[in-house]
Amino acid sequence: MSSFWSIWITVITLGTILGCYLLLRWCLLNKTGIEEGDNMHHSFDGIVEINNPLPRWWTIMFYMVIVWGLIYLALYPGLGNWEGLWKWKSSNQNVQSLAESREATKRGFEEGYLVEYDRQMKFAEERFDPIFAEYAKVPVTELVNDAEAIKVGQRLFLQNCSQCHGSDARGQRGFPNLTDNDWLYGGSPEKIKETLLNGRSGMMPGWLDAFGEQGIEEIVAYALSLSGRQVDEQLKNAGEARFAACAACHGADGKGNQMLGAPNLTDNIWLYGASHKDVTETLKYGRNGVMPSFKDRLSEDKIHVVATYVYSLSQDK
Amino acid sequence: MSEISQAHPEYNYKIVRQFAVMTVIWGIVGMAIGVFIAAQLYWPALNFDIPYLTFSRLRPLHTNAVIFAFGGCALFATSYYVVQRTSQVRLFSDKLASFTFWGWQAVIVAAAITLPLGLTSTKEYAELEWPIDILITLVWVAYAINFFGTIIVRKVSHIYVANWFFGGFIMTVAVLHIGNSMAVPVSFTKSYSLYGGAVDAMMQWWYGHNAVGFFLTAGFLGMMYYFVPKQAGRPVYSYRLSVIHFWALVSLYIWAGPHHLHYTALPDWTQSLGMVMSVILFVPSWGGMINGIMTLSGAWHKLRTDPILRFLIVSLSFYGMSTFEGPMMAIKTVNALSHYTDWTIGHVHSGALGWVAMVSIGSLYHLFPILFNKPSMYSTRLVNVHFWLATIGVVLYIVAMWMSGVLQGLMWRAVNADGTLTYSFVESLEASKPFYFMRMVGGVFVVAGMLVMAYNVYKTIRTPRESFAAEPQAQAA
Repeated sequence: MSSFWSIWITVITLGTILGCYLLLRWCLLNKTGIEEGDNMHHSFDGIVEINNPLPRWWTIMFYMVIVWGLIYLALYPGLGNWEGLWKWKSSNQNVQSLAESREATKRGFEEGYLVEYDRQMKFAEERFDPIFAEYAKVPVTELVNDAEAIKVGQRLFLQNCSQCHGSDARGQRGFPNLTDNDWLYGGSPEKIKETLLNGRSGMMPGWLDAFGEQGIEEIVAYALSLSGRQVDEQLKNAGEARFAACAACHGADGKGNQMLGAPNLTDNIWLYGASHKDVTETLKYGRNGVMPSFKDRLSEDKIHVVATYVYSLSQDK
Repeated sequence: MSEISQAHPEYNYKIVRQFAVMTVIWGIVGMAIGVFIAAQLYWPALNFDIPYLTFSRLRPLHTNAVIFAFGGCALFATSYYVVQRTSQVRLFSDKLASFTFWGWQAVIVAAAITLPLGLTSTKEYAELEWPIDILITLVWVAYAINFFGTIIVRKVSHIYVANWFFGGFIMTVAVLHIGNSMAVPVSFTKSYSLYGGAVDAMMQWWYGHNAVGFFLTAGFLGMMYYFVPKQAGRPVYSYRLSVIHFWALVSLYIWAGPHHLHYTALPDWTQSLGMVMSVILFVPSWGGMINGIMTLSGAWHKLRTDPILRFLIVSLSFYGMSTFEGPMMAIKTVNALSHYTDWTIGHVHSGALGWVAMVSIGSLYHLFPILFNKPSMYSTRLVNVHFWLATIGVVLYIVAMWMSGVLQGLMWRAVNADGTLTYSFVESLEASKPFYFMRMVGGVFVVAGMLVMAYNVYKTIRTPRESFAAEPQAQAA
């Protein structure tokens, strides 16, 4: 901040605290012109006030918090640009990118700043990374038999993934169920790790403009029939003729394409709802699904353990 | 000893009567909504899948109703009463007073309609959309003109301490409301805040904490400084303590907002200042509590017979407890445990139910007989029943939230040997469930007490003066 604001903040802060101190001193001196214990010689609707002294224990407490406040403001940031004698910071607050953040973290350690977040992260890395490094040496297909590793993976999952996929990993509308054997992008350990590391972005375009209401109705009928639903035969046949546009991603047989994350339409598993209305909406307006990338939030070793847990979920099925 | 002040015919009691009655009504409505949403937290199906009844829409309705409808009406009633009595003069303008009454009721009704409809600016305790904000501003300006106008034309040389607090509250709330509600309207029912990001958050909590500090504290301290000495029939303990209480309180409270934003994107220096000022604030707050409680010196025996005085003194005890708890929670290390947990909810309610509601209820019980020219409340026994319902209710509520909050805080920070969190969020929610039930029971007690009050007030107003002799009253004036 500019030095004007820095001075402004410092002056009004210290002014407020000093003001409290002077007020306390003034009240202790009894400048009212009225003897202590006497009443104030004025009455309001029958209420009089006595000029009693301030309680001593309370006065001492007031001095103590003022002194404590000043010490705190000397040690910690508070008075404008004053960094505090302890050079403490909660985090590197002015960084605007991950690269800047890493640079600031490095600089903080070099220049002896007490950056709370960085220190806690360093502490956690030193203490916990070796545990995960050990796990990372074991391939997913083997680690899946390590009950302890599965527990650790589950806790990471609950902390990072359950918000969308649910505590039981069964997903919810728009977020895939991870416990079945249906995979949008593939369920091999490598594919799961790839998904976790880099994220996924699924995009189903909207077709209303291309096909019109009638066309959509027909394709919906055909799409529903793929998983064995009862539909109007005429609509279905008309839809089949239009399905070429869909086949580009979902395949001619509608079984989907894991390279593109295009869902299998024949298994009666519906990410965005199975009702006629839901599927119609999907076709008309499209869908956008985003799985975020976790590579900057969890280390690769941790992702290895999470992937093992996710992999384990569908192994006994 | 103060002599019994006869009802001065020149005072405007009509406006006080109007606001006093509405305080009881809005109190019941606001608190009943609170109990309903407390029940929803235990039985989520109680929203019946109707959007207007979801927790997210009724919660702001509850907070607005209890703070601004119940608390606001109590403040209007008592400030209009106290400023007249202690200035020995009728209100500056009856027309403006009437406008503040009808305007304020219109604001409340508008809130009760728009909030369930989901029309909200999303700013906590300032959810009302811009047209209502403008109406609030107009009412508030009228209120300020009327209050300070009355002070200016007063017939006594000094301004009584209760009026310092009322005045400070009126002036600061005007600044807070206008400052925080600045928005760009895009339609009649939708606007966007003028501020963005961390600045918006800081403005919001500068407002938010001072809604607590000035609306819910300074205003009610005004009430305390009149009704406690009046009901106890004792002089105010220390004039000098009230001087330091007032000036230190108003100059420190305005800084306290950032403690709502510890460990966020708010700059470190702002967080530090918010914490330091919040902690210093503890001492002047206690100065006020001491001043109120010591006013009872020589009158402690009255607590045995006077449940109204009991309300006032217990409210001061809760004031003392909340103003110790608040600064403690503002300390970052404590905040790391308490933030985002039910502890905060418990703290708010120990202030709102224990301090604000109890001091208001005590003051109203003092007021109703005077306003309706009756020798006393219809039934002192029912006042006592209300006192115990309220006290048990508040204690149940606070204790439930303390336990739930500390449990949540401890569960959220529990870490395994491998660095992963021990509990998922849902597990902490499950652990809180029994306490949500306990909290709801506490709320039922509080509302039951308010219903007893409504009955008692109704009977007080309706029973002819002569019939009061039936119940002997040791009414100290």
